[in-house]
Amino acid sequence: MKIALLSGKGGTGKTFVSVNMAFVAEKAMYIDCDVEEPNGHLFLKPQIEAVEEVKVAMPKIDHEKCTGCRKCVEFCRFNALAYVNNAVKVFEDVCHSCGGCMLVCPENAIVEKDKTIGKIEKGRSGEVSVKTGILNMGEASGVPIVKQLIENVSIEEALSIIDAPPGSACIVMEAIKDVDYCVLVAEPTIFGTQNLSMVHELVKLFDIPYGVVLNKCLDDENPAEKYCEENEIHVIGKVMYSHDLALLSSQGEIVSRVDSSYYAKFKTMLERIFEEVHHGTTSRA
Amino acid sequence: MGQLLVLSGKGGTGKTTVASALIQLSKVKHFADCDVDAPNLDLVMHQTVDPIITDYSGLPKAFIHEEQCIECGQCQSQCRFDAISHDQVKKTYVVDLNACEGCGVCELVCPVGAVHLEPIVDGHLQLYKSERVFSTAQLKMGSGTSGMLVTKVKRQMLEHGVESEWAIIDGSPGIGCPVIASISGVDYVLIVAEPSLSGISDMERIVTTASRFGVKTFICVNKFDVNIEYTDKIEAYAKAKGLDFVGRIPYDSQAVKVINQGKTIVEIDCASGRAVQGIYENIKKVIDNGGNL
Ligand code: SF4
Ligand code: SF4
Ligand code: SF4
Ligand code: SF4
Repeated sequence: MKIALLSGKGGTGKTFVSVNMAFVAEKAMYIDCDVEEPNGHLFLKPQIEAVEEVKVAMPKIDHEKCTGCRKCVEFCRFNALAYVNNAVKVFEDVCHSCGGCMLVCPENAIVEKDKTIGKIEKGRSGEVSVKTGILNMGEASGVPIVKQLIENVSIEEALSIIDAPPGSACIVMEAIKDVDYCVLVAEPTIFGTQNLSMVHELVKLFDIPYGVVLNKCLDDENPAEKYCEENEIHVIGKVMYSHDLALLSSQGEIVSRVDSSYYAKFKTMLERIFEEVHHGTTSRA
Repeated sequence: MGQLLVLSGKGGTGKTTVASALIQLSKVKHFADCDVDAPNLDLVMHQTVDPIITDYSGLPKAFIHEEQCIECGQCQSQCRFDAISHDQVKKTYVVDLNACEGCGVCELVCPVGAVHLEPIVDGHLQLYKSERVFSTAQLKMGSGTSGMLVTKVKRQMLEHGVESEWAIIDGSPGIGCPVIASISGVDYVLIVAEPSLSGISDMERIVTTASRFGVKTFICVNKFDVNIEYTDKIEAYAKAKGLDFVGRIPYDSQAVKVINQGKTIVEIDCASGRAVQGIYENIKKVIDNGGNL
């Protein structure tokens, strides 16, 4: 089974909930798809066993063959090619690797070479196997890394926990497109509620069963909770704000490891998800 | 016009809370929200006028005209973004607009001219123009062209900002292309960091990005009392890098209450509000030596 953790923005505790769920699952795979700022490994502290590079294809111009017709420059919609000083120049950081320039060149003067845009670290943290995607700074898109991260996950482990990138952009869609359940993590502010409503729209679009974890709750009225009531969304768990919890998390500690009450709490959440997936008794679009 | 941009490396650190408080304190006439994926600033910066709304279109996307398609499958096999699939019922190929990057390869390879790239609306720009100018936008879900929209949000603010000296911008989260679009052209960056292992790692990445642009950078810590040891570390890091450390904001449950009333934290007397007041004064002091906020 594949569970994805989402939040309209970072900082809601998406990684906090993900690593704790992975920890209490006993045997699971944790996949960090927040490739711009992967933080899960700071908690799980995996022993790295393998590193895989993520590569995309970049056009390479054979200046001997190139006649300077500029068909490639005209074709490229991302302005990644320019004709300067009587030669075609490739601006790799804006190239989307679409391959169009190669197809359009009448002289076959364009070939492709690999360019590394980031890497995937694979490791183990006790019973949890950990995969972390890391995008190199300055690269345009992490989508190829997310694609490579979630390839073949279902056959590798019984339970995969996908820590999705923040937001609701295309990269998030990539991370959740084949999952069985989405957990939306929400903060108790009007900001948090607005962000929750965005990811809610997203999961409805995908027709994936989902539930909410309310994080950093205070005793006051919680607009995110109200949103869930109004929209009939299952709240599968609620975590109160506490200074001790914030301190432990800030130190990269998995609270379920040190505090049995949290262990029980996350275990219950996970069981609720299993139940909902197996019985189909869940919020659904 | 001088511009101060508030960034955090990651969302949720209180970036918008701090930005809105600074906008309130400084009484700047121009401000913008560049978090076009999930803008929040409007929730605490109430506007009395209706916004001027303009459609935003990024790159055009591919559309396949079923009546022309001969189902040869060329477009599908050449699309690098897995955006094209076969619709067996309709007997045609179809484009998934969420996955399509608008590269135009399918249009190029289609032997019968059944594919056309056509503009679609990817989002909306909003401009609130009263005694203050507020520029913001909302990108449609799943759209990938946020960097371009960020640039438009800033341009929209500047175009209506001739008579004012300063602007404050709530930046985009992360370190990717929208952040780079928010940084380019600004004079100062204020980074809101969180005192945690992950917060420090996020902060270091965003400092690296900002320094590439040679922008003068301030750092403050939000929820500093969650982990004082790490707060000290962040302050030491700032000093070592020659960045100005401008203040510490405590965790404050009052702040949540104020925000939930749709107000900025400097509109009532609370610990976090007082701390931001101090940060504002520190930033002003530094800028007064060079610029003027
Ligand atoms: S591969 Fe596509 S994006 Fe890259 S240079 Fe060629 S046409 Fe442009
Ligand atoms: S299309 Fe080929 S021949 Fe023409 S300018 Fe480009 S690389 Fe040179
Ligand atoms: S325009 Fe490019 S990305 Fe879009 S469907 Fe055609 S080939 Fe695929
Ligand atoms: S290339 Fe053209 S004709 Fe062939 S499947 Fe695609 S749209 Fe249809």
